[in-house]
Amino acid sequence: MEYNVPTVADLVAKGETPEVLFWVGCAGSFDDRYKRVTKAFVKILNHVGTKFAVLGPEETCTGDPARRAGNEFLFQMQAMANIQVLDGYGIKKIVTACPHCFNTIKNEYPELGGNYEVVHHSTFLQELIDQGKITIEGGGSFKGKKITFHDSCYLGRANNIYEAPREVLKVLDADLVEMKRCKTKGLCCGAGGAQMFKDAEKGNKEINIERTEEALATGAKIIAAGCPFCMTMMTDGVKNKEKESEVQVKDLAELIAEAKEL
Amino acid sequence: MQYLPQIAFLAVFAVFGYFIYQRISRIKSNILLGQYQDFSDNSGDRWQTMLLVAFGQQKMFKRLIPATFHFFIYVGFVIINLEVLEFVLDGLFGTHRLFAPLLGAAYTFALNFFEFLAVLVVLACVVFLIRRNVLKVERFTKPEMKGWPAMDGNLILIIEVILMAAIFTMNATDQLLQEAGHDGYPQTGKFFFSSLFMPLFDGLSVSALVVVERVAWWFHIIGILAFALYVTYSKHLHIFMAFPNTYFSRLHAKGKMENMPVVTNEVKMMLGMPVENADAPPAEVGRFGAKDAIDLSWKNLMESYACTECGRCTSECPANLTGKQLSPRKVMMDTRDRIEEIGEAVAKGGTAGEDGKALLGDYITKEEINACTSCNACVEACPVNINPLDIILQMRRYVAMEESGSPASWNAMFQNVETNFAPWKFAPTDRFNWADELKTEK
Repeated sequence: MEYNVPTVADLVAKGETPEVLFWVGCAGSFDDRYKRVTKAFVKILNHVGTKFAVLGPEETCTGDPARRAGNEFLFQMQAMANIQVLDGYGIKKIVTACPHCFNTIKNEYPELGGNYEVVHHSTFLQELIDQGKITIEGGGSFKGKKITFHDSCYLGRANNIYEAPREVLKVLDADLVEMKRCKTKGLCCGAGGAQMFKDAEKGNKEINIERTEEALATGAKIIAAGCPFCMTMMTDGVKNKEKESEVQVKDLAELIAEAKEL
Repeated sequence: MQYLPQIAFLAVFAVFGYFIYQRISRIKSNILLGQYQDFSDNSGDRWQTMLLVAFGQQKMFKRLIPATFHFFIYVGFVIINLEVLEFVLDGLFGTHRLFAPLLGAAYTFALNFFEFLAVLVVLACVVFLIRRNVLKVERFTKPEMKGWPAMDGNLILIIEVILMAAIFTMNATDQLLQEAGHDGYPQTGKFFFSSLFMPLFDGLSVSALVVVERVAWWFHIIGILAFALYVTYSKHLHIFMAFPNTYFSRLHAKGKMENMPVVTNEVKMMLGMPVENADAPPAEVGRFGAKDAIDLSWKNLMESYACTECGRCTSECPANLTGKQLSPRKVMMDTRDRIEEIGEAVAKGGTAGEDGKALLGDYITKEEINACTSCNACVEACPVNINPLDIILQMRRYVAMEESGSPASWNAMFQNVETNFAPWKFAPTDRFNWADELKTEK
């Protein structure tokens, strides 16, 4: 199948507007691992026929890591520039596979003049499932497999989204197991608050190792995630534990796309 | 001479009342040393939050065992203190058990219920003392709990046990005096729990019983007043501060950081965008972010007084769990210690910061604030909706914008965002390459 990745600029040139803008995010654009998530999500969007578009080269960092690291000027410069682009195209609805982008655009852009309906791709996928647009006959290749979901802080505690990703996993008819610390008590992967962009402070353990041990203790063969930073941290953790041949870290969109053999 | 006890009672009340009033005024003015922040919206939601979280103990019950025992003390505190009303009236009018003849059987029932609660309070205090001192529950033995905080926690529990013991002593001797038909001790019916202590005082003469009963009575009322004063210097102040603190909860999504309108105005000017109130004289721009306690908002400071150092925040902090210096509880304790210190200086006519000290640097280190993952586990864990994360992020703002003192890799990240529009060093022109890769995929 030929996959379409229209940019908003393309659509506008044709006098059209997208139903929803897919905000790819920096990790989804540049990180080799997370690019696979971006592609999986685009395949799903193509499959269900959503009229979407991306900003492509016009997209820039939301400013989240700068803000969390204390650089409010830089954050607001980024935010204002992004809002100008989004408003210039009349964007109303945004979907993103990054909880940090999601949180920033949804909760922090309104005060700076950017008002959009923002959904995380877990919620978006759940809606597609609820509408019957994504069905997986007999559960597909993940049927009966042990999967555990790692809550991203910026999806969970930050925005109270705990059920959507789990609902998405249910369509796989897998054996969903929970870690000891999950949902409101979920343990951070260690990368939030701009930690992704620096070494950890001195301690006696890396946070991602602590979390990975907990995930491995469930006996799950797949650690499902919904965040690019969690993806990196958990993947590194699994490698550190030398379990990469047995345990995979996968994004929700990848699991759906694989089950659908997209 | 017959009015002497009443005069003494009034004097005791006046003295304690004065000191408690002084202390409350100081705490209020300390809190108001913080920066203005508006919490006047959504009063309906705010009342509801206060009812659920403070009054209803909703978040406490995430940990069932401490929540249950804490509930005993909480209910005991609220309900047993109804009896204080009778104490006060008796003390003022020189009466004894004013309500006993008026309420009859209801009085007997009420006091038996109070005694039952008192038993639960003692049980809970003993369990808590064991958790702190024998089981040494980890969150009570962290470095910031050494010394005074540990002592404070134990003192509170011991004082509560002693106050309850005074009630039992008072009621037991009272019943013996009733049995002896001593003048001025009206019949109240049997109080089950205190009657168990009656054999302890059996051999005493009537006059000795009166002495014990009166001492216990005075001890209890003075004890309560002294406790009330002590509480204002203690982490135990949460019994009052939990209520305003939950009322002034942040109601927005936890992921949202507070905006800095002063930065918004500057950024808009830089971008040539219209600025609100552009004609107004430029407001005095204070510090960007927080260096000292007075740079924080009044709400941050109120939270520091509402913290009872339970450590649920710290026990769920991923940084603390993995051995980093950061402890969200310590952030709150340091904030309170520092604003107390500043308040003391201001009360003496001085100014904040004249001691050359600051919250950041002298109390909280950069290493601590740099360890935070902003995961909100501490915020979620706090039974009274305290937000240590907000303080940490304000300090990071100070370090980044006033000192340019962020870790080198963060400065590199800032530069990447500025020049490449991504936190990593990738060429902006490569941002859309993934789409080409997808199109060539089979």
